[in-house]
Amino acid sequence: MARLSTPPHLLTTTLGKAMRWAQTRSMWPATFGLACCAIEMMAAGTAHHDLARFGMEVFRASPRQADLMIVAGRVSQKMAPVLRQVYDQMADPKWVISMGACASTGGMFNNYALVQGVDQVVPVDVYVPGCPPGPQSLIHGILTLQDKVMSGELAR
Amino acid sequence: MADTTGTGPLGAFFKGMAVTGRQFIATVFGKGLVTTKYPQEMREKPQRFHGRHVLNRYEDGMEKCIGCELCAGACPARCIYVRGADNPDDRPVSPGERYGFVYEINMLRCIFCGLCVEACPTEAITHTRLFEMSTTNRADAIYTKTELLVDEEGRPNHMFETDRLADFDELGEADGWMRATAPQGRAAYEGQVSWSGSAGVGVRPPEAGQSDLPEEAGEGDGEDRA
Repeated sequence: MARLSTPPHLLTTTLGKAMRWAQTRSMWPATFGLACCAIEMMAAGTAHHDLARFGMEVFRASPRQADLMIVAGRVSQKMAPVLRQVYDQMADPKWVISMGACASTGGMFNNYALVQGVDQVVPVDVYVPGCPPGPQSLIHGILTLQDKVMSGELAR
Repeated sequence: MADTTGTGPLGAFFKGMAVTGRQFIATVFGKGLVTTKYPQEMREKPQRFHGRHVLNRYEDGMEKCIGCELCAGACPARCIYVRGADNPDDRPVSPGERYGFVYEINMLRCIFCGLCVEACPTEAITHTRLFEMSTTNRADAIYTKTELLVDEEGRPNHMFETDRLADFDELGEADGWMRATAPQGRAAYEGQVSWSGSAGVGVRPPEAGQSDLPEEAGEGDGEDRA
């Protein structure tokens, strides 16, 4: 694992840490709900689970304003180029969470219509298993991502 | 604009804001607060939650899995890979002729439907209520016997010892699904134990069913969580 920590200068390490902290504390997700996982993604934003606790309640319809793409649902072959375009339109730094069995591997739909894993199209940072993953599973994935960004493993 | 409230434009504004204010006060003073602060506190999970799998052992420490591959055959997502092998004569792994030599589940492909648990003739594979399995690479999501099999004392193994978020006690809460089902799926056997004991746990009690059980059997949900 490539770690960006242990830099030689005190000033830059503190600055890097502050940057990562700022990046993790308000990762605005892009709306990319494709199937039933999207319902759970929406549920994570409701009062019961409250993604606002992580500064993530604003699901942006415009990829320009988003930092994190949560691919929620099965990705068909026809959707793949669209997904890639949305990803390309997002401004750096950007991360991708592959939510659920279908987005991660195709799940039980091992057929010609679906992309067998969204990491064939975009680079995925965190995989969240489940069918669909509950809101808490998704939040666990988000916290995993935040941890890895803070530790420098996924820092951009 | 049509005034639907009959109070004038300012009246409508205050009427609307009063609702917001009431909700705000109810939330701030704790009465209407519904949020579960997930990493710190967990939502109550149902007894029959389909979470991560474990492979169980008998009370004497023998593995329950006999390598029959029925789970792999039942799996609609084809995420289970099993290979059976003959038990060594001097040191058998499971009672009977064969044991599960290789056992792998791809958790990223698994849809947690429970058909493997249903198909298993020896209650070897069961669900737990742990769902924290997020990984940063695909290889970590393939659980082998190392992670799935419980140890000799019946304690489940896990991959991420340092994961601060996962509640690994949930791994001990296995076979909720099994206890929710009447043996052989027949109502006449409801409430009767027809499964074997597990290492570290013993014979798990049946969960109260849906039909005419005595009142004191209770709801079943969470009766053994204490």
